[in-house]
Amino acid sequence: MSTPLASLSSICKSFGSHRVLNCVDLELLPNQVHWLAGENGAGKSTLIKVLGGIHKPDSGEITVAGQQVKFQSPQDATAAGIAVIHQELSVIPSMTVEDNLLLGRQPTTFGFIRTGGARASVMEMLNRLRLAVSPDEMVEKLSMASRQRLEIAKALSLDSKIIVMDEPTSSLSAPEVDDLFELIAELKSDGCAILYVSHKMEELERIADTVTVLRDGVVAGSGASVNVSKSRLVQWMVGREVDEQFPERTCKPGECRLRVKIATSKASESNAITELNVAAGEVLGIGGVEGCGATELLMAIFGADSSFGDLELQVDGNPVAIRSPRDAIAHGLALVTNDRRGNGLVLDLSCRENVVMAVRDRLCHGPIRQLASEVNVSDQFSKQLQVRAASLDLPVAALSGGNQQKIVLAKWLATGPKVLLLDEPTRGVDVGAKQEIYSLINRWTDDGLAIVMVSTEMPELLAMSDRIMVMRDAKFSAEFRTEEATAEAVLWAAISDDPSSNHGEASQSGLAGAVQV
Amino acid sequence: MTQQKPLTPDPQIKPANPSWWLQFVSTPLAKCLFALAMILLIGCLFNADGSFFKFGTHRDTLRQSAVYGILATGMTLVILTGGIDLSVGSVLALAAVTGSMASIHWGWPGYIVFPLVILVGASAGFVSGGLVAWLKVQPFIATLAMMVFARGLAKWVTGGAKVSTAVPQADGSFEYVDVPELFRLIDSRWLYDSVSVVSLIFIVCWLFAAIVLWRHRWGRELYAIGGNVEAARLSGIPVARSTIWAYVVCGGMAGLAGLCQAAQEQQGDSDVGVTYELVAIAMVVIGGTNLMGGRGGLGLTLIGILSIGYLEKILSINAVPEAGRLMLTATIIIVAVLAQRSKTI
Repeated sequence: MSTPLASLSSICKSFGSHRVLNCVDLELLPNQVHWLAGENGAGKSTLIKVLGGIHKPDSGEITVAGQQVKFQSPQDATAAGIAVIHQELSVIPSMTVEDNLLLGRQPTTFGFIRTGGARASVMEMLNRLRLAVSPDEMVEKLSMASRQRLEIAKALSLDSKIIVMDEPTSSLSAPEVDDLFELIAELKSDGCAILYVSHKMEELERIADTVTVLRDGVVAGSGASVNVSKSRLVQWMVGREVDEQFPERTCKPGECRLRVKIATSKASESNAITELNVAAGEVLGIGGVEGCGATELLMAIFGADSSFGDLELQVDGNPVAIRSPRDAIAHGLALVTNDRRGNGLVLDLSCRENVVMAVRDRLCHGPIRQLASEVNVSDQFSKQLQVRAASLDLPVAALSGGNQQKIVLAKWLATGPKVLLLDEPTRGVDVGAKQEIYSLINRWTDDGLAIVMVSTEMPELLAMSDRIMVMRDAKFSAEFRTEEATAEAVLWAAISDDPSSNHGEASQSGLAGAVQV
Repeated sequence: MTQQKPLTPDPQIKPANPSWWLQFVSTPLAKCLFALAMILLIGCLFNADGSFFKFGTHRDTLRQSAVYGILATGMTLVILTGGIDLSVGSVLALAAVTGSMASIHWGWPGYIVFPLVILVGASAGFVSGGLVAWLKVQPFIATLAMMVFARGLAKWVTGGAKVSTAVPQADGSFEYVDVPELFRLIDSRWLYDSVSVVSLIFIVCWLFAAIVLWRHRWGRELYAIGGNVEAARLSGIPVARSTIWAYVVCGGMAGLAGLCQAAQEQQGDSDVGVTYELVAIAMVVIGGTNLMGGRGGLGLTLIGILSIGYLEKILSINAVPEAGRLMLTATIIIVAVLAQRSKTI
């Protein structure tokens, strides 16, 4: 056993009276990927912040390369060779690639920057990560995957040996994830220790060497990943044995609720599927890779985005014109977006305010707010969705990701929709809340709600949909009944130009490896 | 050893336009130049019987824009950090009365008065910057307070009277003194009458700030702070220090602008410079520098300064009344900002 590059021992940290970390031990060995898991609120991000010098631990020791260290600031941690790649990337979009890489340490003479002084080393950094971008390119023009690579390049150029990645795949498409994992393998073989934080269990099997699971601020379990079974892991995370992640679905589709006809020239090419139907009691899953246009389609149906092109909509068989989200709500549509912090919630407002936001007009008497009915409505729907909050008067930002998502769902359920459009309904949500959301989806469809669910998580798509349509390049490329859909087939339709090619070839050429099951 | 794969190009970056010309016209600089060209074209059409084509007109435009231009130059630095400085008009007045009292009443020589006014302005900027960077007061609030305070200080220093060459005596009479050497120098023209000294002061200020912004590491730090303050902090940039320096330089330039103002008026008026900060902000914004910080630059601000300067001049030589001038200027600000808006982002 080699000596650890860094080790944390008996780390405790409290915020006020709330103990977030309680005697946590963690060892990071060279040439290893250490997978850190746990439900939201288990203390993962606090642990990362302690390691990254953002929080100081109340007690406990951090040892880096055999030396005990006490970080006063993030700069201290950087100097000790620890690089944290946060979920919200900390590159500056309005500056060039080179400026970002060299930020704070350009070669200077009397403070004046020497142009070209570091061009060679910048090119070397970009080449090492196989980033084919010009150093003069503005970072805002880069894809998320390239920005992430840029940040890793920055970490490596600081001679960081310990690299912490916080949910690095949350904004990447499947091929981009493959590239990232390849890069992680390279870093590993170069002797780096990688602490990899993620919710996604399928990533565990692909890259992890060691697993540690946090629950309520303590280490619930740890071990070599080959020895840890999936059900064991889930048990550690939630504290109970969970047999299956997805509840059984039975579908009794009723009459057609929503019909969408795409009238763009792009989609009306021969043999393309241009129509989307969803019936009462049915979950229509829309699959595809990140950027396939499914999000834009939902936005367009909801009247929030005109860039997708013209749509012909029918609700309950009647043609309707939806020009704004206001129209959409009036016609019984509801949209849960994939970015609850960005456009799903007003984080600083209370849970109640957020729940009644879309129905306040109906609750008012003329121009006067009816506070009592606002309280009633928010109570009723929060209870129905089992929102766990100390008080609904708290700002919604104080809730965990899973409970925030339930507030978003409550907001839209309060509008009494006929059709619920869900975009990544379980993104950034812990395992327990995920299961609750799945059961809720089942209950709503039993009550006759029609649901369109966009998901890039293959297991979720396969398990929760009654029918699956796959999008690629803002077009539908395939449609499956749920019993005939396989992960390979769906993925093939999502990434290949030729849907008629046989799937066997796909799995032989390694595509099956990319399937996240 | 892992196998080296070829470089993966980023699919999101579109291939470069085939023609450099098409690339150029989509840049902020091109849009900005277009706005200035339009204004100059209007000047050629409405040339007031040829007076627009006289050299003196252009010389005067630059002179009349100089004080605003110095303010806008400093303002650009602050706005790039994502802040704003509302106090420059009041700081200008404070520096104007200080400079006038030192030169006229006390007869101090120019080589002392000149640094003195810069110091006065820089001190005001240091206080604003300290409030913003250390005490985390919002820039709007901090500089609003400084705007009120500096105006009050200017009135207190002068006792509410204008500081002019008619120096009040103890017995209530006035003694008339000469206009100080420094004021005459600043108000004169050099190089065979071809350029005003205030214009030169403005050009030097602009060049100083432009070079620093372009090549000094502090300039890059301002962009980084405005672009993403958290990323800047985590990259080891001294965020507080760099931010305060931006306010200090902005204040210093406001002080210098105050001296120029006093020299041209040959008096220090504590009521001068009201709404100058708004003109300066308008010049920066017309140039296309983003009020959120992180985007823009002094090249753009220069064109913004000239655009407003020329617009004012063209309207005044055509004897457009002030009411019309103000409304037209407002229209141009909106048109220019709309033209700056990029389609892609």
